[in-house]
Amino acid sequence: MGAVPPTAPQNGPSRGRVLVVDDDAALAEMLGIVLRREGYEPAFVSDGNRAVGVFQQTRPDLVLLDLMLPGRNGLQICQDIRTQSTVPIVMLTAKGDTIDVVQGLEAGADDYVTKPFKPVELVARVRAQLRRGETGQAENLSIGEVQIDVPAHQVIRDGVQIALTPLEFDLLVALARKPRQVFTRELLLEQVWGYRHAADTRLVNVHVQRLRAKVERDPEKPEVVLTVRGVGYKAGPP
Amino acid sequence: MTRTDLPEVDAAAAAPVAGVPARTGAPLRRLARRLRRGSVVHRRRLRRVGRRLAARGVRAWRSSLQVRIGAITMVVAGTVVVIVSLVLFSQIRDQLLRVKRQAAIDQAQAGVFYAQTQVAGIATGDAASVRSTLDRTVQQLVQRGGAAGDFDVGMVYRTGDIERVATSPRLVFAALPGDLRADVRSGGQSYRYALMPDTAGRPVPTLLIGAPVPDDSAGSQQIELYYAFPLDQEAESLSLIRGTVIISGIALTLFVVGIGVLVTRLVVDPVRRAAGTAQLLAEGQLEQRMTVRGEDDLARLATSFNAMADSLQRQITQLEGLSQLQQRFTSDVSHELRTPLTTVQMAADVLHGAREDFPPHVARSAELLRAELDRFEALLTDLLEISRYDAGAAVLDPDPADLGALVARVVAGMYALAGRHECELVVNRPDGGVMAEVDARRVERILRNLIGNAIEHGAGRPVEITLAANRSAAAVTVRDLGVGLSSAEAQHVFDRFWRADPSRVRTVGGSGLGLSISLEDARLHGGWLQVWGQPGAGAQFRLTLPLVAGGDLTSSPLPLRPAVVRRAGDPR
Repeated sequence: MGAVPPTAPQNGPSRGRVLVVDDDAALAEMLGIVLRREGYEPAFVSDGNRAVGVFQQTRPDLVLLDLMLPGRNGLQICQDIRTQSTVPIVMLTAKGDTIDVVQGLEAGADDYVTKPFKPVELVARVRAQLRRGETGQAENLSIGEVQIDVPAHQVIRDGVQIALTPLEFDLLVALARKPRQVFTRELLLEQVWGYRHAADTRLVNVHVQRLRAKVERDPEKPEVVLTVRGVGYKAGPP
Repeated sequence: MTRTDLPEVDAAAAAPVAGVPARTGAPLRRLARRLRRGSVVHRRRLRRVGRRLAARGVRAWRSSLQVRIGAITMVVAGTVVVIVSLVLFSQIRDQLLRVKRQAAIDQAQAGVFYAQTQVAGIATGDAASVRSTLDRTVQQLVQRGGAAGDFDVGMVYRTGDIERVATSPRLVFAALPGDLRADVRSGGQSYRYALMPDTAGRPVPTLLIGAPVPDDSAGSQQIELYYAFPLDQEAESLSLIRGTVIISGIALTLFVVGIGVLVTRLVVDPVRRAAGTAQLLAEGQLEQRMTVRGEDDLARLATSFNAMADSLQRQITQLEGLSQLQQRFTSDVSHELRTPLTTVQMAADVLHGAREDFPPHVARSAELLRAELDRFEALLTDLLEISRYDAGAAVLDPDPADLGALVARVVAGMYALAGRHECELVVNRPDGGVMAEVDARRVERILRNLIGNAIEHGAGRPVEITLAANRSAAAVTVRDLGVGLSSAEAQHVFDRFWRADPSRVRTVGGSGLGLSISLEDARLHGGWLQVWGQPGAGAQFRLTLPLVAGGDLTSSPLPLRPAVVRRAGDPR
């Protein structure tokens, strides 16, 4: 199988640059084949220590990050990238355990795929993350003291702009668009993450925590994103 | 005691009713009723207090060796002391009375001789001389005294129906017992113990001796002599002795019980300390040890206990190390196996996607490759899951969730499989939601497993899923009407890699670990996963979970055995 050439990129412009951070050469190559087939432009880095440097050079639209890497730990890389950029990060993890997944999400990852995964699954996750930021028509929303300018991707509280990742922004907008509706975690997974079938609701929990840490005055007593015990979340009163 | 005195109250109330008109009877009846009610309430309270005390007593008896030994010693020592006291007391009493009686009889006989000399020729005298003779004799007999202490004398002179009586001042002649008099009259000497009134009229225990005084003259007259020896001094001595015996008996019993309790304490205390230490050890404080004092048996107990604790600690530490090793191994294997499997799976998928460009046998190979990789993946996932349980690395992540919605979600996900088996899924659930603190991921996995199994073994007949809850627990049953299970099979259903029928065609493609994992999932919740089955009548699995994470289960809201096949007279 040594001489198989990488699949040629599809015609037309690239649908986005994807940085694959993985130490397993075979897997990285296979990921490259699948991503190219889907029209993405992959870049690779196998060493954890070089990951952040390569990230700065390539400025990808999305990062596929393996959590277990030689050199630097995947969680640290995730945190480092998050300090510089709001780029969507999708973790590749071999462990479906609570702690690993939650740690990864808390470190700033937007979504994760558990090995072993199917190409369709991976592509669906990548596509869902890259679809963000597609601007709609002019729309201004508000929850509590927070103003949201949807096309400009801006969230303002007391005249100060709050920096949210695209995912956090989408989560907030989803809640703000239907202020009276209570969203179950499953519904949010479908609307914000693009899961068509039931998936891990921890994604929602962790990202709500992160969102609250940014938009709430006191994350212990939320006023913007309210918990409806046993059901899910809803937007606070405008 | 509780019921028997009720009729008494009735009788008291009824008695006046019988004699008076009905109108006045009513208030009396009311009063009686009130009295009865009051006494019932009072009695109930007494009974309750009694029961509580009895319960406490039973608990103390069961839980404390000291109480038990104290009680046993008390009973045994008490019995011995009572018997010894009774024997001792009766011996002393008999001896005392015998001495007194002997002296009294001697004196009475001497009195009879003396009286005989005095009354010789009394028959010839007139009434006044008879009286004076009797009075004088009595007086002299009293003055003579004797070894038997204080006494009274009485004499009777009888001719025909006429009795003449002379007594010392204190003797109440009329109180003499009739049978004693009858004995004497028939000519024999006799004695009695009897209560005789003293001058103040108080009864005093008295030794009475009566004897006829022989009379030389031939005639119908008869003379009787009676001695009365008051026994009040003897009674006083006996009551003093009795008091002493009782007090010393009680003291002796308490002393013996005290020694018993003390000795027990000496033995029990170290045992209690050992029990306390063992409990601390069991709670995980592995460094707990007993203090060793001296070289006796108890010290040996402490030494061997400590040796046991040492070995326990060593082994547990070793096991902990192994468990950590296993956990790391699981995690490593997980990563090491999953990464190449991902690559292989993606490659197979790419090949599968392009299979139309291949010759038929290569295309079919690509299909088989992908299908078998799916099975391989499912097996690997299950293996890793069960090894996570084996390593004790599984953690419950409870969150409040609506079990009704959860069941609906799982069932919705099973429609595709059910459709392939042409099997109908029937869901019964309460209208309101059932909120429970559960790890939704695990509960969904359990239900997917149970429903999948039911569809696979349900022979195309409807599968019924029922959800119910009570105040502390929720239960889901999954019922199929397939070939069913024998009780022997039901015992193995949760075993790893166990199959009801090895020759059976497998369509779900389970790993054989599904139910084992489900059982572990249920246990992690502190819940139950149970199975009922009957050959030909299908099977029913029941999952019972506490509504609050960490809550205890005592019963399930749903029966394990389906109602329809429940045999008559079968409780469950």
